[in-house]
Amino acid sequence: MSSVLEAQGLGKRYGRRWALRDCTIDIPDGHVVGLVGPNGAGKTTLLKLATGQLEPTTGGLTVLGGRPAAGPAQLAKVGFVAQDTPVYAGLSIAEHLRLGARLNTGWDAVMARERIARLGLDPAHRAGKLSGGQRAQLALTLGLAKRPELLILDEPVASLDPLARREFLQGLMEATVEHEFSVVLSSHLVSDLERTCDYLIVLVDSRVQIAGEAEHLLATHHRLTGPRRDQGTLPADQHVVSARHTDRQSTYVIRTDAPILDPAWTISRLTLEDLVLAYMDTSAAAGRRPAALEVRR
Amino acid sequence: MIWLTWRQFRGAALMTSLLLVLLAAVLVPTGSQLAADYATGIASCTRGEECLNFYDRFFDAYQTPFLAGTLVVLVLPALVGLFWGAPLITRELEAGTHLLVWNQGITRTRWLAVKLALTGLVAATAAGISGLAVTWWSGPLDQSAPEGFALMDPLVFSARGIIPLGYAAFAFVLGVTVGMFVKRTLAAMALTLLVFATIQIAVPLLVRPHLMPPVTSAFELARENVDMFGVRRDGMPTVNLTATIPGHTGAWVLSSELVDGSGRTIAASGEEAIVEGVSTTSGPCGPQQARQGMQTCLAELNRLGYHQKAVYQPLERFWPMQAIEAGIYALLTLGLTWLCFGWIRRRLS
Repeated sequence: MSSVLEAQGLGKRYGRRWALRDCTIDIPDGHVVGLVGPNGAGKTTLLKLATGQLEPTTGGLTVLGGRPAAGPAQLAKVGFVAQDTPVYAGLSIAEHLRLGARLNTGWDAVMARERIARLGLDPAHRAGKLSGGQRAQLALTLGLAKRPELLILDEPVASLDPLARREFLQGLMEATVEHEFSVVLSSHLVSDLERTCDYLIVLVDSRVQIAGEAEHLLATHHRLTGPRRDQGTLPADQHVVSARHTDRQSTYVIRTDAPILDPAWTISRLTLEDLVLAYMDTSAAAGRRPAALEVRR
Repeated sequence: MIWLTWRQFRGAALMTSLLLVLLAAVLVPTGSQLAADYATGIASCTRGEECLNFYDRFFDAYQTPFLAGTLVVLVLPALVGLFWGAPLITRELEAGTHLLVWNQGITRTRWLAVKLALTGLVAATAAGISGLAVTWWSGPLDQSAPEGFALMDPLVFSARGIIPLGYAAFAFVLGVTVGMFVKRTLAAMALTLLVFATIQIAVPLLVRPHLMPPVTSAFELARENVDMFGVRRDGMPTVNLTATIPGHTGAWVLSSELVDGSGRTIAASGEEAIVEGVSTTSGPCGPQQARQGMQTCLAELNRLGYHQKAVYQPLERFWPMQAIEAGIYALLTLGLTWLCFGWIRRRLS
């Protein structure tokens, strides 16, 4: 299996602030990849690096085996729908399709026209007068009709209402089934990604916390609830993701490939959202660590 | 890409061509009239004195359109830089559409190349056409213009011949470059205007006089270069020199000084200079002679060694200097273009 995106020690710094650091991932092709993390975690930076809008400060990455935006051939393989789905306000929908046809060698004009018709959009309509949902659909159409091998979408549904959100993601899913291409999609809401993604990357605090197939992640993460006990007493193969304690009870989210044998624990399955929230919690826990030590004493 | 650039630019291009047509509609009929008036006027004046009077009347009659035409050509490049250059990239950056267009199947280098070439070409053509049209129109006036409005004078020189084209190309690329660095349209426009205006003032003052080594030469005092011969209240005779030089109509005089017989500089043009050794009560500069004009008095001053020392660029250098200055602006334009391409590859996001 080849990889759509491979990064080695990738980092990007703006002035003194690292927007992304030590990012080493290898995303296999054929997935709908959800890139999730809080606002400002570095999602946009990673996606801009992948599309060649930014140059890395450290490390390097290849997308579909090539350097991002290296030339027309590379550009043709990767589609990008940017944050807030920008379109030319002064151009009509038909002119946007014409733009796509003029600027892309592999342009699928039939698909673009049909998609616009199916959405019930008037091709003569100016893009500046479209609603947020319609604009996002137009931007998606441009990305799809290019027939890329990888389509990257940066928070495409962030500004949409729930209905438009569902329609957008549904349209994206239908297209992936029909044309078989890989997708990398970022969002700060797990619920957006839960239904659509089969591969997940959690990015918190400019670092990749975990990356893997959704099913595998769900199978290896567990929530343990039981009488209060210290983190150090857990088996070595159980990696603690987050921990919560009350006076008498402890709740851990752990990652392990091995079965959990301790009968004291009540083991419950996690949803994808629980899992992502647990990883977001670690950074918070890291900040709280000194206080936690005091309590333990 | 040509299609997209044209689609984004066609409104501005259409408006510009309309303005050019309007300009032509005004210039062509009035220009023919002007040329005809000039021809008849020149034919009817026989003596030099009469012709000078005709020049004065002729220029006065057409002064307003002459200044207006010159102003249009001077302002056009600045407008190009402001409204076409500065927003060319910043508009895309502000709307985020650069992310859309840079992820189509063409490289951003090509995107920039087409945008720069097409818009820049239209800008330079428009400025070039209006510059040459105004040059043609004001041809007769440029030959009869008084001191300060002659062909070689800084403001008029900048609005004639081929350099408006160079200015426009430079202003356009300057606007684009500033836009790339500043990334916001309004700030880019303001900064472009500031930088361009500074350059347009600095070049005629500091650079243009030295494009070709200026000529330094001595001239006898004559009617053309002496504004006034007067007598002060204390009886001392004075001479006011002008910044024109006899026999070199239309030359750009960089400095004009009154020098006495021993080679000492007495005064610059426009200043009142006391000339010693000349009697104002009798002789060639006496009251009797004064009634018959200055001629004999000037001859006396010349005999005493008084003369004008002038540093100037003669009118014959108009086209060579136009070519050199246009070349300098072309080089600046190329330099900024190179900067733009380097910038778009490395820094923009």
